[in-house]
Amino acid sequence: MAHTKNYKRVYVWQLPVRIFHWANALSIVVLSITGFLISNPPAFMSNAEAFDTFWMGQVRAIHFIAAYVFFGAMILRIYWAFAGNKFAHWKAFWPFSKKGIKNIIHVLKHDIFLLPEKNPNINDISIGHNYMATTAYILMFLFGLIMVFTGFGLYSDNATWWLPKLFAWVPSFVGGDFNARMLHHVSMWFIIFIIIIHVYLVLYHDWLEGRGEASSMFSGFKFVRKERVDENDE
Amino acid sequence: MATQKKRDTYLQAIIKQGYSRRDFMKFTTYMAAYMGLQNSAIGQITEALETTPRLPVIWEHYQECTCCSESFIRSDHPIVADIILDKISLDYTETLMAAAGEQAEAAKHDTMKKYHGEYILCVEGSIPTKDDGNYCCIAGKTAIQHFKEAAEGAKAIIAWGSCASNGCVQSAAPNPTGATPIHKFVHNKPLIRVPGCPPIGEVMAGVIVHVVAFGKLPELDRMNRPKAFYAKRVHDSCYRRAYYDAGLFAENFDDENAKKGYCLYKVGCKGPMTYNSCGTIKWNNGVSYPIQSGHGCIGCSEDDFWDNGPLYERLTALPGFGIESTADSVGKAVAGALAVGIGVHAIAGTIAKRKDVKRRVTKGQENEEHLKDE
Repeated sequence: MAHTKNYKRVYVWQLPVRIFHWANALSIVVLSITGFLISNPPAFMSNAEAFDTFWMGQVRAIHFIAAYVFFGAMILRIYWAFAGNKFAHWKAFWPFSKKGIKNIIHVLKHDIFLLPEKNPNINDISIGHNYMATTAYILMFLFGLIMVFTGFGLYSDNATWWLPKLFAWVPSFVGGDFNARMLHHVSMWFIIFIIIIHVYLVLYHDWLEGRGEASSMFSGFKFVRKERVDENDE
Repeated sequence: MATQKKRDTYLQAIIKQGYSRRDFMKFTTYMAAYMGLQNSAIGQITEALETTPRLPVIWEHYQECTCCSESFIRSDHPIVADIILDKISLDYTETLMAAAGEQAEAAKHDTMKKYHGEYILCVEGSIPTKDDGNYCCIAGKTAIQHFKEAAEGAKAIIAWGSCASNGCVQSAAPNPTGATPIHKFVHNKPLIRVPGCPPIGEVMAGVIVHVVAFGKLPELDRMNRPKAFYAKRVHDSCYRRAYYDAGLFAENFDDENAKKGYCLYKVGCKGPMTYNSCGTIKWNNGVSYPIQSGHGCIGCSEDDFWDNGPLYERLTALPGFGIESTADSVGKAVAGALAVGIGVHAIAGTIAKRKDVKRRVTKGQENEEHLKDE
């Protein structure tokens, strides 16, 4: 009788990483929905007087609150890239090393283009992120930065707090509010594209590999083959 | 004008012109109000205009429609126009000077020599750079030559209107004449950009009066625009803003909502991206401004407003994807393509990895059968 692979439970995603992930996910969903509403508000025919309704103002307020959540989560994640475990550390994200490039080629060949593996190497299986994924997250982070800069830049004019005012130079830097809005809108689409691919690939890995890929972002645990774990103590 | 031996002060010139001192005081009060200054500044402006000799000004016209000058001479208080056109000893301006031909050129060169380093150079219009600047020639010289000559001895340079500030319509893609805003040519001189097509007359007067009264440029923003007039979006000073916040929008120019005066955001109003004073100073002696007259702002004081998509639609065009493509239409297409790609990949993955999946499922089922009963 064939044996099931022996799996060990490994704590991969620490609590701050998970908090970041879900705060980020929630704020992006809220920001995208309210962002679409702001860019193209639906036609509500109403007999109400203007002083009776404030829904556009409320949508914008939600957008701005979610923006602060997004920004706060981003700061938390940057901090944790220095303070966190090796899977959260910024070094784990940098793909431009020999190891990183080799891993990207492996992921492209066998996960994306689905080529059969003749001699599967256990070290090709990533425990945290694979380097293809970290490249996507670096891109995502850059788009997030564009969102923060253009968003606070557009907001700064009406802001009373110093933080958004720090970004007041951004719209003129990119050539006016037209371009700032365009960048803001286009970056949102890129983030949506990355999320579509991200969600699919999580489900893909979870389903094909059965290592707890999806649940790891709730529990923090992934399941790793025994051969990858040194067991000196037991 | 340029032949005057001793320059009058502003007050002297205004009195000579037949205005009373009361008119003069009204004018300084107006100007302080337009510039957003406090009461005490009225005295400063008054004193400056009483004692300062008139500022020599050369006003050049290049690629433009003269709407800036037109806006000027229609500004609110009569002295507002007069101060610019007469009182500041405007030594050269193609549109309004009496002299012509060689006489006019001589007057200009006279001023440039006599007041070297003192005069203000006002520029209306952009400068064509393609084909050696052939597309705008005055008195046998190109606009580039004229500008470089005049800029050399100028104390400060004012770019009137969108042509001089950002190129306006003639620099819209494909920009056949290579129309270029003047700040691309100015590197070592104080420069004020006063965009708008045209700028508001009172704004233009306010800028000049500030230079005269305080002897320095007004406070400028990062794009060299005077903060007093370009610090707020039209949207933020719009009287229809309440409808925006309430989510009450005109869907068409002839629907019921448009008649009720609802926000014009969805019919392409560019007020939310446009920095100008239209909502507060307004036009034609404060009678109205575009939005008040039922038409959205077209963003005429913003860079490249002609190339930023249709004037009557909300979404701006996505550069490189053609006029009809908005970020949303391209985004939806890409998201759709991704969904199709994912579908194909999911099916291909199922087939390619079927052995792995089957093995895991089989083993999992075996394990399930061997569960120990309690």
